[in-house]
Amino acid sequence: MLRRVSTVAAAVLALAGFWELYRWIWTSAGWNWPFVVDNTSMPHLWTIFKAFGQPVQVNQPTLISILFHKSLFTGKEALVGFAIGAVVGFAIGIVLAHSRLLQRGFLPYIVASQTVPILAIAPMVVVWVNPKLPGPFQGWGAVAVIASYLTFFPVTINTLRGLRSADPRALELMRTYAASRWSVLWKLRVPASLPYVFAALKLAATASVVGAIIGELPSGLQDGLGGAIINFNQYYSFEPQELWATNIVAAALGILFFVGIIVAERLVVRRAPENLA
Amino acid sequence: MRRAREWAPALVVFVFVIAVWEGSISAFHIQQFLLPRPSEIVKTFWTARHTLWPAGWYTFKEALGGFFIGSALGMVTATVVGRFKNFGTAIMPIAIAANAVPIIAFAPIFGAWFGEVSPHSKIAVAAVLCFLPVMVNTLRGLSSANPRQIELMRSYAASELEIWRRVRVPTALPFVFTALKVASVLAMIGAIVGEYFGGAFNALGVLINSDAQIFDFVTAWAGILVASLLGLALYGAVAGTERLVVRWAPDTRGA
Amino acid sequence: MSVVEIKGVTKTFAQGNVTALENIDLELEPGEFVSLIGPSGCGKSTLLRIIGDLTPPTSGTVTVNGKPAKQARGDGDYGIVFQDAVLFDWRTVAKNIALPLEMLGWDRDKRKARVETMLDLVELRSFAEHHPWQLSGGMQQRVSIARALAFEPALLLMDEPFGALDEMTRERLNLELLSIWEKLGSTVVFVTHSISEAVFLSTRVVVMSPRPGRIAGHVAVDLPFPRTVETREEPRFFELVTQVRELLRKRGEHLLPEEAAELL
Repeated sequence: MLRRVSTVAAAVLALAGFWELYRWIWTSAGWNWPFVVDNTSMPHLWTIFKAFGQPVQVNQPTLISILFHKSLFTGKEALVGFAIGAVVGFAIGIVLAHSRLLQRGFLPYIVASQTVPILAIAPMVVVWVNPKLPGPFQGWGAVAVIASYLTFFPVTINTLRGLRSADPRALELMRTYAASRWSVLWKLRVPASLPYVFAALKLAATASVVGAIIGELPSGLQDGLGGAIINFNQYYSFEPQELWATNIVAAALGILFFVGIIVAERLVVRRAPENLA
Repeated sequence: MRRAREWAPALVVFVFVIAVWEGSISAFHIQQFLLPRPSEIVKTFWTARHTLWPAGWYTFKEALGGFFIGSALGMVTATVVGRFKNFGTAIMPIAIAANAVPIIAFAPIFGAWFGEVSPHSKIAVAAVLCFLPVMVNTLRGLSSANPRQIELMRSYAASELEIWRRVRVPTALPFVFTALKVASVLAMIGAIVGEYFGGAFNALGVLINSDAQIFDFVTAWAGILVASLLGLALYGAVAGTERLVVRWAPDTRGA
Repeated sequence: MSVVEIKGVTKTFAQGNVTALENIDLELEPGEFVSLIGPSGCGKSTLLRIIGDLTPPTSGTVTVNGKPAKQARGDGDYGIVFQDAVLFDWRTVAKNIALPLEMLGWDRDKRKARVETMLDLVELRSFAEHHPWQLSGGMQQRVSIARALAFEPALLLMDEPFGALDEMTRERLNLELLSIWEKLGSTVVFVTHSISEAVFLSTRVVVMSPRPGRIAGHVAVDLPFPRTVETREEPRFFELVTQVRELLRKRGEHLLPEEAAELL
């Protein structure tokens, strides 16, 4: 455990060191490729760090408290989207695992659905879904739906693989007990599928955060990280460090979700994941 | 004839869904506004082709550039990292965590670096999206060589380089292609998402977005159809190459 | 001059806590067919690996063909066959057999000719362009043997090569191996779990005992060559099998029941 933390800490330090080194070399040498390096394109790490504690505008709360609240908002969307996507993905996986016919019929479209850029569909989903939602869910609810769109796919594919991965001899054993399809499912297939499902949940956790941020962009929602990104993007030439700070927070949110799944896996499966990959 | 059995259900579903979609729009008077008829979409796909298809090609080139750059960098990094075993195992958890970072958040930064309107920023987004899965999977492939095969090579007094060339690389190929298939889909999406933050007016993502903003959903859907087809085309190209190159993997055996 | 000379070889693992082999002395004359037999943990596979310089001894010396083991490996003096065929999925049968020849730098025509000879030897000519997964386990092993013999090494190391096969295929491959051995005149070190296989194939059976791995004794097998299916039914065969079994049991008083059960 301590080893992991220290490796991560070392990696972060190495990254920070690399950043400043790159910056120093490029500004001293005056190279223009791949891009010009100056205080706007690559602010000093210290500037970014300092910016967290400063208010964005006069008499406004500090950047970090703003970003904190926005991450809560986006996190909520991502969490709900993740839950919906995971449950739906799991259910679809179970249905498809039991019918070769349905598999052959629907799987190609499930795969093809991921080639549709959600950013393009997002505005339409927002316009379509929002009116159907009860009051308090409007706005962010549509974003959660968009997040679930990115989440369900890995869960479906991996649930399908996992359910089919049960040892054929174990299946035969269940037959000798005249077990119903239902008990075979819950006593054998589902437990066998857990490693695959958790691998998918790790991807899905990440995808839900991505989906939530992307979903906010066309929704015009100001309350989340997506809104912050658009906002600070407009002021980038003046205050580049604010956009960088936002990105760091967004990255942290994604990693937090990912770590959350690892913790959940450890609890559910009660042994360390074989290897994170 | 057996091949037809494989494809028939998907075909049936396709026809069924299109029919229901088309039918219910009229039957339930759903506003064209929200969900256009498939027939309308296809019609616009054709009539607007002079704007849509070149735009699609423009964005596709960005995706292609990002795909090649990102995948190449991913493979090179994995090769370098793989040479130093301990470095590799230390890097893995970090790489996985890096996968968890919403790269989309960095799209505006790339715009600032490479120019908002220029295609280079979109290529960068696509490249970053492709880099990680390719790197992780290539590394995994390179490390999964059968230890007995390595021992066999040692009995021939093979050098590390020869072991690399004759055992590790061929073992890694199936993994690499799996990752390339994932990357091919991500590349197109990365390019379009990148365009959201600014792009040339004749880029597909920009077009779809502006059409959606003026509520011209029919054209937007037609644009999405173009994007989807191009994404599938790239995927198909990669899968086809896989069939030729990797004839021994369990999925492509006897193909 | 002996082909293999092992003097005082000891092998420990885990910083000396586990002794796999203790003070092994063994000499092999050219043309011998020697089986190493013993229960799990007696170190027979480890000893084979030490001969092949795939793992170093903790102490002691190993000489192969008059050179240190490491040099012998570098000079390509031996061929090795594992329990799994360890073929390369991405190569055809013919290319798999050609692998050591490529490593030794033979030119294409020489390689082609030798591969064809080997294919005939193991009777797999018609499968030359197939891939490993298209062959049965027994056929894969034959390819593995063909590959090991392709460059006609003086020494052949075999680690339970037929262990994963059924008894009938096993007996048939035993006969094939013997005929190849007689044709080529190589020296063979053969690790096995099966008493009857050891006696059938060898000129000498070396019995090993576990914990720590030691040589318990040798049994010289004086059955005449060529050996056939009938050899297995001769009284002398049974006598030798009994001799080996008793040696295993005697020196292995401390064998666990499951280890004793392993020995057929």
